[in-house]
Amino acid sequence: MAGTTVATEPTLKVERVTKRYGERLALREVSFEALPGERVAIIGPNGAGKTTLLSILAGIQPSTSGTVSCPPRDIGWVPQHAAVYSKLSVAENLRLFARLEKVDDPDAAVDRMLEQTGLRERADDELGKLSGGNRQRVNIAVGLLSSPPALLLDEPSTSLDPRQRERLWEFIGALAGGGTTVLFSTHNVGEADRYADRLLVLADGELLFHGTPRELEQAVGGDTYDFEGAFVRFLHERGH
Amino acid sequence: MRWLLLKDLQILRRSPLLVGLLVIYPVLIALLIGYALSRGPTKPKVAFLNEVPAGQGSFNLGSTKINGRQYAGKFFTAIDPIVVHSRAEALQKVRSGQALAALIIPADIVQKLSTGGLERPTLDVIYNAENPLKRQFVESTIQFQLAKANQALSGEFRKVASQYIDLLLKGGNFNALGTNFNVLGLESANTILKGVRASLPRGSPQGPPLDQVIHFATLAINNLDLSNQVLASVSSPLAVRTTTIGAGGKQPLDTFAVAVAVTISMMFVCVLLAAGMLALEREENAFTRLARGLVSRFGLVTEKISLAALCATVVALAMLIGIGIFVAVDWGRFPLWVVATLFGAAGFGALGVAIGGWAREVRAASLFAFLLSLPIAVLALVPSGATNPTLYDIIRVISAIFPFRPALDAMAAALSGGGIGLPLLHLVILVVAFGTLARLSLRRFA
Repeated sequence: MAGTTVATEPTLKVERVTKRYGERLALREVSFEALPGERVAIIGPNGAGKTTLLSILAGIQPSTSGTVSCPPRDIGWVPQHAAVYSKLSVAENLRLFARLEKVDDPDAAVDRMLEQTGLRERADDELGKLSGGNRQRVNIAVGLLSSPPALLLDEPSTSLDPRQRERLWEFIGALAGGGTTVLFSTHNVGEADRYADRLLVLADGELLFHGTPRELEQAVGGDTYDFEGAFVRFLHERGH
Repeated sequence: MRWLLLKDLQILRRSPLLVGLLVIYPVLIALLIGYALSRGPTKPKVAFLNEVPAGQGSFNLGSTKINGRQYAGKFFTAIDPIVVHSRAEALQKVRSGQALAALIIPADIVQKLSTGGLERPTLDVIYNAENPLKRQFVESTIQFQLAKANQALSGEFRKVASQYIDLLLKGGNFNALGTNFNVLGLESANTILKGVRASLPRGSPQGPPLDQVIHFATLAINNLDLSNQVLASVSSPLAVRTTTIGAGGKQPLDTFAVAVAVTISMMFVCVLLAAGMLALEREENAFTRLARGLVSRFGLVTEKISLAALCATVVALAMLIGIGIFVAVDWGRFPLWVVATLFGAAGFGALGVAIGGWAREVRAASLFAFLLSLPIAVLALVPSGATNPTLYDIIRVISAIFPFRPALDAMAAALSGGGIGLPLLHLVILVVAFGTLARLSLRRFA
């Protein structure tokens, strides 16, 4: 389900990003590029550095060294757990973050996101009363309020049921179709195979692979039963 | 930052139970403490047995009749007497706990007092040692009242003794056993002796012994003149001159109680609110979003302090106005109330955000805030001299580290006068210190 990229100028260019926590090396000179409309999945075992990489790109924490071409302000951020206020309504949450993001016309942005996420009828409902799927939609909508050229999602489908996941990926597909670069981390390699144009495979803070799902399968001989098997073999062959 | 502040107020508006508890609970606690402080201790219940037969409560000291009941009446101003009719009943009242002590006036008290101090009557006091605090309280009360009664009686004795000395000096009429005597007095006797001495021929053998008597009489007159002053100092050996020092020296107890009540309310509202609302940003996962540059960490800390201070100021001023209806307060000092409230609330708010930042979870933050606030308030209210000096110094240092003591000092000064500048400066330092701690805690907050 790979999308078609039409522009060659990257939205996001990451060069030799390293992150240290004291003696521990969480990321080691990670470099990659992401093009407009491209969906890039970041996969890897637990503790690989996926969330660390995303949080550096989102501007939540600084890198120890390296550069990111896109300032955090131009990147939408969707954390794993819905980062919204459960006592506020959908519209109030959107309006609050639109104001904090200093969006030119907060009300118009709220209106646009309610339309885009299909939550107009729930606009006045408190977040705490929404289903997990709808909360995640609001979570994503907040990340898109400033119409960023790139959107980062940290394990966006976690805790969603299959139907909600399907709708989520449709939504993300539509975003990418509109030219937004989407980077997402996931534990579900099947989702990465189905919905990503390219993969970044991280393990122990090191970028082991950068390419399409098919290229990853070919890298391990292409004779595995499924993509997940190819991924596991890939990690195994590289000592992880 | 203002959008964040409005958001928090909106959240509070939608949490009526939380807000209700946050306001009502500290206000109730504060009013109870304030009420308790503004009232003196209640009179201890004391079983009282008077073994003096009815109608024999008075005794004569010389020609003066002294009524023993007026001294018992003085006792009753400090104790709540339970009149009993036997020693066994008195003991039973103490054992059962109905009375904290028993005071027994012996039957021979009148007879012994009438000897003018030659025989000392003994009062029996029986304490219940079940509760050391209560025992100490009632013991102090009874000892104090006994000391007062002793002083009053010795005053009566002094008066009677003075009358006799005056009689001895100046002479006059004296009634004993219904018979009137005319007493010459030393001064008149001395005058007569001097007259006789002057009429004696030079070299009379009666002259030298008469001179000795005249010398003795003169000495007695001169020294007995001083006896009234000596007796006065024996009956009241210590005179008391009262001087009050310290900022709260002129504070009426009611006003101090108001300051305590308002400061405690302010502390609970502020600390719990600031701690909870900061921890909530993390629990709602919103902090990671805000920390991307939407709001600076310093801005976030400032916003939570402002929120808590705003809410606490409203509560504190409402309390002050409400209490002001019942307790006499100086309304002309209202601007100072506002200043003291704002600074105090900011101090408590800063402490709250530091707690919220380090505790990181709403429940942990609330529990920690509560557990910390109460002892701080109690320690700050420990008066000097109530404990040993080293411990008191430690308490003073602890009180100075937290905002309760300076907030209370500022509030008390705002209500009834005294220096407000130093407590306000102290609060500013604490706001900066706790604000910095809170800011540091946000480094590991996400």
